[in-house]
Amino acid sequence: MKINILTKGLLKENAVFVLLLGMCPTLGTTTSAINGMGMGLATTFVLVMSNLVVSLVKDFIPDKVRIPAFIVIIASFVTVVELSMQAFLPDLFAVLGLFIPLIVVNCIILGRAEAFASKNNPFDSILDGLGMGLGFTLALTILGALREILGNGSIFDFKFIGAESNGMIIFVLAPGAFLVLGYLIAIVNKINK
Amino acid sequence: MEYFLIIISAIFVNNIVLAKFLGVCPFLGVSKRVETSLGMAAAVTFVMVIATIVTYLLQKYILDALGIGFMQTITFILVIASLVQMVEIILKKVSPALYQALGIFLPLITTNCAVLGVAILAVSPSLNYNLLEGVVFAFATSLGFGLALTLFAGIREQLDLTNIPQGMKGTPIALLVAGLLAMAFMGFTGIA
Repeated sequence: MKINILTKGLLKENAVFVLLLGMCPTLGTTTSAINGMGMGLATTFVLVMSNLVVSLVKDFIPDKVRIPAFIVIIASFVTVVELSMQAFLPDLFAVLGLFIPLIVVNCIILGRAEAFASKNNPFDSILDGLGMGLGFTLALTILGALREILGNGSIFDFKFIGAESNGMIIFVLAPGAFLVLGYLIAIVNKINK
Repeated sequence: MEYFLIIISAIFVNNIVLAKFLGVCPFLGVSKRVETSLGMAAAVTFVMVIATIVTYLLQKYILDALGIGFMQTITFILVIASLVQMVEIILKKVSPALYQALGIFLPLITTNCAVLGVAILAVSPSLNYNLLEGVVFAFATSLGFGLALTLFAGIREQLDLTNIPQGMKGTPIALLVAGLLAMAFMGFTGIA
């Protein structure tokens, strides 16, 4: 039954398409498939680690101060990601920029800490974080890939239209994010029904 | 002139929601009625300006002075979270009327990434704002947030009355409207 914890985040309770959480990074960082995937994986790391630590220390934290305590735990891991990415993936960090520190206020992470990790054992919490995080990564990669295909005529930086042509640039710009996500959610609604 | 450019840029050209994608959650969440969206906009303005002043001073005189810039994320989010709590308590005592109007929106603001985003932007070396410029920037940004939110809420009130294909109802159509709004705001590109 453990596998359920892992898979529910991928589709049935997908954070972006179904729960509509974490909209800011979803829209802001998905200008290409690789950017969306990078953001998704960074968030997954924070989610898994914070779920693990929260479920380990849950018995020592008084109920009244649990939210600030969770935020400090999350912020610490975000700082770890921020500094590592700056050191090892400077190009990706330059693109994602402000959205990396803003992982702190991604409601998915605090939401899982509060709803799952603070009530379950460490192993299940890791699975839950991994499932939710990979679901988030999947959503961001799909959105990023679609925008890259439409807006740039390429996928994962592999250009499949003539090198001179640009594609419909509007899909890489701000309005395209809203439009593509709107249609994607409509399709997911249709499938789930 | 400097300040005028900051204001125009923050409200129209680099609109926080429609161009920078910060604060999209409240933008989609509390935009069903114009009245509630005005309340949210006012609460955000209030918190954003105060938060920027406090975080700016902290950054310049504590984090930079001690050379512990890597603590920025942790410090700022804690400051904003406690600030929101404090504003809530003070408002409740000092101005019950204002508290009534803003009350339910205040707790939501802690997780509004626009507040943390503006606080981080205002101290970023690339913009190099002084305190007054930072405050003007925060104020104008929150006005831009309010403008986008109110426009969007007005359109959504009309949407309730129109005939929309079944699958597009709710969030999908709202996102398409936001896309069109973003396109309209792209028209401002280049003026400031």
